[in-house]
Amino acid sequence: MTAVVLILAALGLGFAYSRIHKDFRARNTVERAILAILILASTIAIMTTVGIVLSMILETRDFFHLYPAREFFFGTEWIPSFEGGSHLGLLPLLWGTLYITFIALLVAVPVGLFSAIYLAEYAGRKMRGFAKPMIEVLAGIPTIVYGLFALITVGPMLRDYFAQPLGLGTSSSSVMTAGIVMGIMLIPFVSSLSDDIINAVPQSLRDGSYGLGATQSETVKQVILPAALPGIVGAILLAASRAIGETMIVVMGAGAAATLSLNPFEAMTTVTVKIVGQLTGDTDFSSPEALVAFALGLTLFTITLGLNILALYIVRKYREQYE
Amino acid sequence: MTDASTPVPPKSSLYATTDRVKSRNRREARFRAYGFTAIALGIAALILLVISILGNGYNAFRQTYITIPVELTEARLDPAGNRNPAEMARVTTFGYAPLLAQALQQHLQGQGISMEGVTPRDLMAMISQEAPAQVRALVLANPEMVGETVTLEMLAGGRIDGFFKGRVTLESAERDSNVTPAQLLLAERMTEAGMMELRFNWSFITGPDASDQRPEAAGLGIAILGSFYMMLVVLALALPIGVAASIYLEEFAPQNRFTDAIEVNISNLAAVPSIVFGILGLAIFINFAGLPQSAPIVGGLVLTLMTLPTIIIATRASLRAVPPSIRDAALGLGASKMQSVFHHVLPLAAPGILTGTIIGLAQALGETAPLLLIGMVAFVREFPGAPPEGFFDPTSALPVQVYNWTQRADPAFVERASGATIVLLVFLIFMNAMAVILRRRFERRW
Repeated sequence: MTAVVLILAALGLGFAYSRIHKDFRARNTVERAILAILILASTIAIMTTVGIVLSMILETRDFFHLYPAREFFFGTEWIPSFEGGSHLGLLPLLWGTLYITFIALLVAVPVGLFSAIYLAEYAGRKMRGFAKPMIEVLAGIPTIVYGLFALITVGPMLRDYFAQPLGLGTSSSSVMTAGIVMGIMLIPFVSSLSDDIINAVPQSLRDGSYGLGATQSETVKQVILPAALPGIVGAILLAASRAIGETMIVVMGAGAAATLSLNPFEAMTTVTVKIVGQLTGDTDFSSPEALVAFALGLTLFTITLGLNILALYIVRKYREQYE
Repeated sequence: MTDASTPVPPKSSLYATTDRVKSRNRREARFRAYGFTAIALGIAALILLVISILGNGYNAFRQTYITIPVELTEARLDPAGNRNPAEMARVTTFGYAPLLAQALQQHLQGQGISMEGVTPRDLMAMISQEAPAQVRALVLANPEMVGETVTLEMLAGGRIDGFFKGRVTLESAERDSNVTPAQLLLAERMTEAGMMELRFNWSFITGPDASDQRPEAAGLGIAILGSFYMMLVVLALALPIGVAASIYLEEFAPQNRFTDAIEVNISNLAAVPSIVFGILGLAIFINFAGLPQSAPIVGGLVLTLMTLPTIIIATRASLRAVPPSIRDAALGLGASKMQSVFHHVLPLAAPGILTGTIIGLAQALGETAPLLLIGMVAFVREFPGAPPEGFFDPTSALPVQVYNWTQRADPAFVERASGATIVLLVFLIFMNAMAVILRRRFERRW
């Protein structure tokens, strides 16, 4: 070992000595190498995206060799069985995902938007200094903690006080449980994005509205919200994309049964739950039951990417109006 | 002068509010109340969440122990009589269990505590199944103890422990096949005699996980170590790569398609669902590169890719905050562009970079979904080795351990999962507080 190091050091010395010349600019050479390293580091982002897309496309292609794509996209039944003859229809999973996302937005959008309006337009310095960090703490809590909250508190509470008295179901994991908890998780997301957007509306618009005799709430409803609308829509789309890709809350709160039903107190399942379900444990990566997870992943990636791009496009277009 | 017209009584007065104004003011007050309610709801949700986790979890930090003198009989534990640990290891935990039960029975009789309604078999069930294994490990480590009578501290069974924590009651014991009311009454008498005690439980934090039937012995040691290893990997990879990428993008990159593509990619990666990174890790690091499942190295690599956008965004912001005059001064004194960045800009941006890195690490620490896909849910009893070999040993991780415990049947694991969540939250609060303090301490306005 020592000998190898010594030989390498000697070789290095010899190489360096042979390069020394009055016209040789060592700094430039070294810096070119460093620049190459910097460029390499910044391409990691591209390589990651390529890796994600390639790994999913290749496995999805294998899946569609084993299982017809038509039945995957339009099938209404999800009955995987590792002995073969499974039904792997996307629709029940997609329905569960969208239903839970809808309920989450039903919670997060009004609460988040109203808190943003209150913080931006009404709250004094003290109130803002207290309430804003409190709400933002919600954004720093890991999703597993929300999942546990859904499992041990919200689920049993909804079951005992709503589902059972109303005769709607006896399951503590339900669309409602997952939706409400996910809504709580999204509150700070909606509120801080909307807060930024509302604050970006120029003061002159508010002053004009007050000058015409409008009350504060009339100003908010008729001037600020219309002006901020594209940005708020963008924020809601980003929140929806978060909700669709969220995993732990639905794994622990929504259940595992793939059903096409309207009852919000029934257990349903989502795309992410099934990705986890099909890929954890000892799986045989040549069976369609395992490979379907990659097709689900690709579907999820496409949906969330589409929503993100749409949201960014809307937000960017809106920003051009005032700057 | 005559009054040209008799004064018309005004329809409305500035002093008296009209119905219309009243209704507008009411609407204003209502709107304000909606806003206030929304904030109250958000904060109430936070408080409910914290209370629910703390209320369910604080009991995980306390555990019931039985303390009794046990005679470690030579005939049973060291039949050969030569105190050779290799030979003594042939006596399995099944050899130790009757020893403990016997010792407990003798001690109870000696203290004059009645065992009314408790069969010897029930008595043995009051000691955790984990206790014989722990005593065996102790004896194998100290062979000279054989033949002596030592005072040992043993875990009580999960239901007995639950009784002292209010999870198991005399009524619920009637319906429970795993515990009888007589056992609980005996446990109460033992507590009065000072043989049984509920106290702080270090082994919850340092011990390994335990199987489904032994919630009382389950600990977080391996999970904390696994999370720590992963954070080391993330720190060692994400910080240099993130800083290098930010320096290139902020200081050197020309405006062209290539750099545009990088920027779009970084902002997209920040919004990709975390589970997709898990699929990437499974397909590339495990199936393609052949790295072992459940290993901290794979988890660390996946979390690195997830943390990179956070670190890059924070680093770029703090590089941008360094005024151009610093760069100009360095260039004016003959430094190259590279030297001006590495010798002057980067040190000045370091506090901001550090803060961003800590926040990125905190995010990575709480991430669960991608780790499920790379096999970290597996049941691990063996502590991983020291790094670097330890990076390739199977471990668990804190958030995955929480998930793992929620999937088990015994309700005692709910308490464990909440306790593990408390530990996770304490780590996160600590890291975020550190980031805030660093920012306060080193923040610099130019």
